[in-house]
Amino acid sequence: MALRVRDLTLGYDRHPAVHHLDLDLANGSLTAIVGPNGAGKSTFLKGVMGELPPLEGRIERGAARVAYLPQLSEVDRSFPLSVQAFVAMGLWHRTGAFGGLSRADLARVGEALAAVGLTGFERRPISALSGGQVQRVMFARLLLQDADLILLDEPFTALDAKTAADLLAVVQRWHGEGRTVLAVLHDIEAVRRHFPETLLLAREKVAHGPTDTVLTAENLFRARQMSEAFDDDANVCVRPAEQPAKQGAA
Amino acid sequence: MSWLIDPFADFAFMQRALLGCLAIALGATPVGVFLLLRRMSLTGDAMAHAILPGAAVGYLVAGLNLGAMTIGGVAAGLVVAVLTGAVARFTSLREDASLAAFYLISLALGVLLVSLKGSNVDLMHVLFGTVLALDDAALTLLCAITTVTLVSLALVYRPLVLECADPRFLRSVSRWSGPVHFLFLGLVVLNLVAGFQALGTLMAVGIMILPAAAARFWATSIGGMLAVAATVAAVSSVAGLLASYHAGLPSGPAIILSAGTFYLLSLVFGPSGSLAARFWPRAHLET
Repeated sequence: MALRVRDLTLGYDRHPAVHHLDLDLANGSLTAIVGPNGAGKSTFLKGVMGELPPLEGRIERGAARVAYLPQLSEVDRSFPLSVQAFVAMGLWHRTGAFGGLSRADLARVGEALAAVGLTGFERRPISALSGGQVQRVMFARLLLQDADLILLDEPFTALDAKTAADLLAVVQRWHGEGRTVLAVLHDIEAVRRHFPETLLLAREKVAHGPTDTVLTAENLFRARQMSEAFDDDANVCVRPAEQPAKQGAA
Repeated sequence: MSWLIDPFADFAFMQRALLGCLAIALGATPVGVFLLLRRMSLTGDAMAHAILPGAAVGYLVAGLNLGAMTIGGVAAGLVVAVLTGAVARFTSLREDASLAAFYLISLALGVLLVSLKGSNVDLMHVLFGTVLALDDAALTLLCAITTVTLVSLALVYRPLVLECADPRFLRSVSRWSGPVHFLFLGLVVLNLVAGFQALGTLMAVGIMILPAAAARFWATSIGGMLAVAATVAAVSSVAGLLASYHAGLPSGPAIILSAGTFYLLSLVFGPSGSLAARFWPRAHLET
């Protein structure tokens, strides 16, 4: 199991953004997370990365190495770094904090850049890249991270069709290599075409399973109905954990 | 050429001043470059103020004594750095606000302590430094701090660059984010304490930030910026000391004004992102 989540509640200031979620992701699965804005999709990925401590429940990562592409990356694009130096950060698991980059490592960087269609961009400063090129660079770095579980938060938003298609091919390559990929997406049609599994999230899990059984009109309607209400005077949630979850904990 | 060389050849105090300034130039400028790149330029200034009460306590305890004031300064700086970092990491207050709060408390405490005891002359020493009266102990301290700084930066270069450029990625691949941040703030404090021996608490930040800011207009890589900044700082030190010698100017401000001149020239004429590049652009390229 690449990821096992039990009765997980994540939130901000005690208000839940992800509520009592149970989820099992099989090794090598390719799963899309779909849901309306405010459904807790990004929050869930943050929780998996340990950026946000659970208010309740547990997350067990079966994968040894996890790579993460956040929606709002905090990359300082004015920072004087070359594309090569930036992408080479993906080799952290090989170099650690102190190790140098070998000739073979630089060759790996070149291959990763080639895989995202940026051959010859090595010496370009990252400040000179367009939005789409930045996303290609981020994918090149993800490629080098050689992770077992890859989390992508809206990776194709604001990209032109060509760039989105190229980067989707990278995702499919990961799937072919047996890596587990979990991607937040808004393009339902693309999910139907390219993602075998889907998690439909609306703060709580609406459905999870094969994409065609999850993305039904009824489920999508339910997801939209789930309120985004944020009540300052909401009562403390006393819902008992579901029975199977308790057995899992025992 | 004699006006350039004679002051240093003839007078031991000028040689000492030169060595001290070059040591500070080599140690403080890389720290300044990273402060600048992390958009923390004013953090250096705030930290310089935060050091004051520590130096003042040292001064109250032991008089104008290098060791006591250094230990006090480093201690005060580190306390403020750790408190600031801890508040920023564990509460909703951002680092800048947290630092502002602590350095203001620290500064008020420092001014209070200095005014309790001590003449104005001593206070002037603390505020404006004594670069022309550096003794052996002070020189050893300056060179030691520079050595520690350069070795530390060389060791943590990769995590530090990553912490500046993409902190979230660093947190996702390692546990270095917190340690490297605190280590860096520690280096800021150490170099400010080194700087205030020679240039005074108020001027010490100048040799850190001005050369780094000038370098931004010349270099587009970190290595290039480090080289340009160190060169600017070293040349400013020599120029400032010479101006101080020949024209009878106070040496600290003369050195910082030299660096300031370099900054203004770079601002106007530098090849990258300067006013010249903005208003007199060179012909654009084909692709």
